Amino acid sequence: MSRLNTAALTKAMPQLLSLMLILFLNYLAFPGFFEIRLQDGRLFGSLIDVLNRGAPVIILAIGMTAVIASRGVDLSVGAVMAISGALAATMTVSGYPVPIVILAALGAGLLCGLWNGILVAYFDLQPIVATLILMVAGRGIAQLITEGSIVTFNEPGLIFFGTGSFAGIPMPILIAALLLTLAIAVVRRTALGLLIESIGINRSASSYAGLNSKLLLLVIYAFCGVCAALAGIIIAADIRGADANNAGLWLELDAILAVVVGGTSLFGGRFSILMSALGAVIIQAMNTGILLSGFPPEYNLILKALVIIVILLAQSFSSLGGWAFLKGEFRSKGANRQ
Amino acid sequence: MIFMKRILLASTVAMAFAGYANAADLTVGFSQIGSESGWRAAETSVSKIEAKKRGIDLKIADAQQKQENQIKAIRGFIAQGVDAIFIAPVVATGWDTVLAEAKEAKIPVILLDRTIETTNDDLYLTAVTSDTVHEGKVAGEWLAKAVAGKDCKVVELQGTVGSSPAINRKKGFEEGIASASNIKITRSQTGDFTRSKGKEVMEGFLKAESGGKNICALYAHNDDMAVGAIQAIKEAGLKPGKDILVVSVDAVPDIFTAMSEGEANATVELTPNMAGPAFDALKAFKDSGKAPPKWIQTESKLYTQADDPKKVYEEKKGLGY
Amino acid sequence: MTDKPGLLTVEGICKSFIGFKALDGVDFTVRSGEIHALLGENGAGKSTLIKVLTGVHQPDSGVIKIDGQAVNVRDTQHAQNLGIGTVYQEVNLLPNMSVADNLFIGRQPMRFGFVNRKLMEERARELLAQYDLHLDVASDLSRYSVAVQQLVAIARAVDMSGRVLVLDEPTASLDRHETEILFAILRQLRARGLGIVFITHFLDQVYEICDRVTILRNGKLAGCALTAELPKIELVSLMLGRTLAIATHNTRRDRPVPAIRQFSFKGLGRSRSIAPFDLDIGEGEVIGMAGLLGSGRTETAKILFGIETADTGHVHIDGNPALIRTPQAAVACGFGLCPEDRKSDGIIGDLSVRENISLALQAQRGWFNRLSGREQTVLADKFVKALDIRTTDIEKPVKFLSGGNQQKVILARWLATNPRFLILDEPTRGIDVGAHAEIIALINRLCDDGMALLVISSEIEEIVAYSTRVVVLRDRAHRGELSGDEITASNILGMIAAEPEGASA
Repeated sequence: MSRLNTAALTKAMPQLLSLMLILFLNYLAFPGFFEIRLQDGRLFGSLIDVLNRGAPVIILAIGMTAVIASRGVDLSVGAVMAISGALAATMTVSGYPVPIVILAALGAGLLCGLWNGILVAYFDLQPIVATLILMVAGRGIAQLITEGSIVTFNEPGLIFFGTGSFAGIPMPILIAALLLTLAIAVVRRTALGLLIESIGINRSASSYAGLNSKLLLLVIYAFCGVCAALAGIIIAADIRGADANNAGLWLELDAILAVVVGGTSLFGGRFSILMSALGAVIIQAMNTGILLSGFPPEYNLILKALVIIVILLAQSFSSLGGWAFLKGEFRSKGANRQ
Repeated sequence: MIFMKRILLASTVAMAFAGYANAADLTVGFSQIGSESGWRAAETSVSKIEAKKRGIDLKIADAQQKQENQIKAIRGFIAQGVDAIFIAPVVATGWDTVLAEAKEAKIPVILLDRTIETTNDDLYLTAVTSDTVHEGKVAGEWLAKAVAGKDCKVVELQGTVGSSPAINRKKGFEEGIASASNIKITRSQTGDFTRSKGKEVMEGFLKAESGGKNICALYAHNDDMAVGAIQAIKEAGLKPGKDILVVSVDAVPDIFTAMSEGEANATVELTPNMAGPAFDALKAFKDSGKAPPKWIQTESKLYTQADDPKKVYEEKKGLGY
Repeated sequence: MTDKPGLLTVEGICKSFIGFKALDGVDFTVRSGEIHALLGENGAGKSTLIKVLTGVHQPDSGVIKIDGQAVNVRDTQHAQNLGIGTVYQEVNLLPNMSVADNLFIGRQPMRFGFVNRKLMEERARELLAQYDLHLDVASDLSRYSVAVQQLVAIARAVDMSGRVLVLDEPTASLDRHETEILFAILRQLRARGLGIVFITHFLDQVYEICDRVTILRNGKLAGCALTAELPKIELVSLMLGRTLAIATHNTRRDRPVPAIRQFSFKGLGRSRSIAPFDLDIGEGEVIGMAGLLGSGRTETAKILFGIETADTGHVHIDGNPALIRTPQAAVACGFGLCPEDRKSDGIIGDLSVRENISLALQAQRGWFNRLSGREQTVLADKFVKALDIRTTDIEKPVKFLSGGNQQKVILARWLATNPRFLILDEPTRGIDVGAHAEIIALINRLCDDGMALLVISSEIEEIVAYSTRVVVLRDRAHRGELSGDEITASNILGMIAAEPEGASA
């Protein structure tokens, strides 16, 4: 087991190093970066911000990892967030109790995911095309629900999901951590991990092996939809309102990026949910760092792009056996000297 | 199932044409961009209200953010022989041909909210827009008066990088505080005009400025970002409106709620009533033949906690913001 | 200069990769006007030798001579200039460009800085006419069959290089008729004085067309002889370095016909795929299925296994009606299928040997009843040992295994589910002789253990060797069945080659 852990750690090296480097740079830009204090019974500090703000993308990345591992992609998660947020806000304003509101919003995400899954698995549409439909239409649906305006609510039960805390830990972090643990446990304790990788690498061969790949794909997309809905609820609860135009805008790209930074190939196959979550944290650490650095906002995107290029290069260098190669070079040089 | 009703209602609102009185003395076609923001929705509903007030038959075409749809709608209006055409142009260029067609048909065109780039200014009668630089200036001048000579470090939440309201509202604010050397902008970041980004960026500002103790005021390029930032300030254990002054632009209903609770201090209105002045100019032109000036600037009204924000909220909340 | 001169000679070639000697002092000579078979099991060093000859790899030591002159082949371009052209197994052409483009790409006739299409197409027609190929040279290459594409590749290679032609498994994806056309062209090229290196797994083809044969084993030269002077059994033993575990040819099994046939398929068919057919098979039976490519063999397998759903017909298992419309349903009935296209329908390349072996059993057990890592390892270890799967590690991605070992992994995947009826579609295609013999032995063993097997194969002698009954297909229909003493290669061939009217069937 320890051999496996070491191997996993070596594989995670580029990501861990990137995260540490970004955190260190953040510290240089802002010496108080690692300070954490209790504010109104809630942990407060930049590090907490990174996790708290990263939580929605972590949740999206969990669902997205499964989709990408199956050699797909879900472009609609941002729009699904907007739908679930809009539904939650509108229903709350209409006076529905919080549990019903949450269930309805998650149910909307489930429906969206099932829609995507049916298009991909049973109608054999390319995932990028299939989910593009909902990416475009979904935001329109959300706007219809909110009638184009920001629906503001003051229901403490719902707001709790965005800004509340339990034992000092902000709810979004708690929810993301819970989902992460749950997802990893399900993937590890059931055969789903193996079967998802299998259809991602070779769907045809998996079907020949007796796998119900259509049903599995449907479940994967449905799960991704539920994750997106959950992220949508958190974001709406955080700002106490549903902004159909902007909620989750472009977050599908952040989620995909998190998965890629985490080392799962867009060509499907081997995946690690934990690493995708780490990818999401890296992205958010970078975003928070940019905010703290005081650089003019015109540089945000360039800085972000640069950091991502460096991470991806390090990752591909590593997967090509670059570290081992370097080590070998050092060894052979050492040998020459003797 | 109230929310289901809202969905149904929303879809009817989104229908392309919504006429009121048939026996109107003037028929105006309005090519609206879409309903991409609350302000836009309010502009549409205020236009209807203003038209009804004057007994004008207003036909609204929703272009869903596409210039081609706008051009189609304008051609449709020309074919119907409307008395005037209002356009809220989605982009600045590419209007010459269709406007020439309108001119050919002797239908006056009034631009709302945004202007266009054209080689021939005669193609439209007038443009009714707000002055976004002026909006920023009003906000800056209010802050200069409010802090009255005391040292004040301001953090700024910009709009979307490169967008003209972001550039102009920043410029105007800097002009407004130019004479007050006690006021300094210490941090400025983009919040993309959204609540969630406004909150996230404000969280960063608060951390970077010793938990917010160094911040005396927040200037946000729109109210949505200010609303998000107010939450961040509260979560950091500070009192928005007192520990940190909050001034922003737009005057959407939610900021009046915040003002009535003492959590925001001032907002500068970007009025959704662009159609009203346009109707007035049009009537004057039809009656007397006198062409209005090429640019009609709407009022950039300042609202503070003294302006009975509760009442303003009640007035505004039905407009579809 | 008494014998034919050595056109291309290599002497004492050595090539090592990290920790492993791929070529160890190999000598090899191709003469002008001969077809020279290069044989060896997978990993014997054939591909490495070819790559050295064509400049892909640089040898560690040894000499390459052309017309007696030592040369240093720098890269593939240089090899072409020296007159060595290569056509690989997976044809390296551009299917969405025209035939003429493919023939002349990189060297198109130019005029005024533009490709002179008219001239190019005319030259292409002339070139192909030499091979009696009359194609529409302006249409996309993808319109033509793999066989024609292969001929185009050969025409291009000969036209560019023109002295030595290296063919890496050219017949692997060709049917018998196409192979005949290819051989006719190779004979013609031989007559023109080319030296042809022919790599294949089909020993019959070696005897049919090759003049000389060079055999490699474990990176060393195992032998070189005139084909006519080398008996087949000797050739095989040179390749394997041991005698085969069982003789595979002409030993028709004489097994009792089972009293009950547990698996009964009546009138199964699918329009535009396979005409309705009846098939009964009992436990302890091997049904051989013979026919040319495209005769409906694979389609039969797909319908039996529920990959494609039948339009018509009924299935009975142990006398009870069964509905098989998905592979899951087939697996639930105790079926297994090793598909024809190993790479795209068989292996999950990036997954380990362990995971590949566990997959079907896991799919059968369901999503939530996971085989633990330990159970998977035990399973994999068991089958790696039982089937002699050669891998350094059960954690190795299966894509790094040789074709024969991949085939064994897929067999293991199904054996792990303990199937009652196993369908093998071309189980011995593209694998080396040793693995070939082992798979045939396995078929016999499984049959002895009471499994029902349906084996589809292009190798008729192989079918003769293990089948209790043989079904022959032609033109997307089952044309006839042979049993007992009727099972001979000539009977099968006769049925395959019968006129479309089916008079003999």
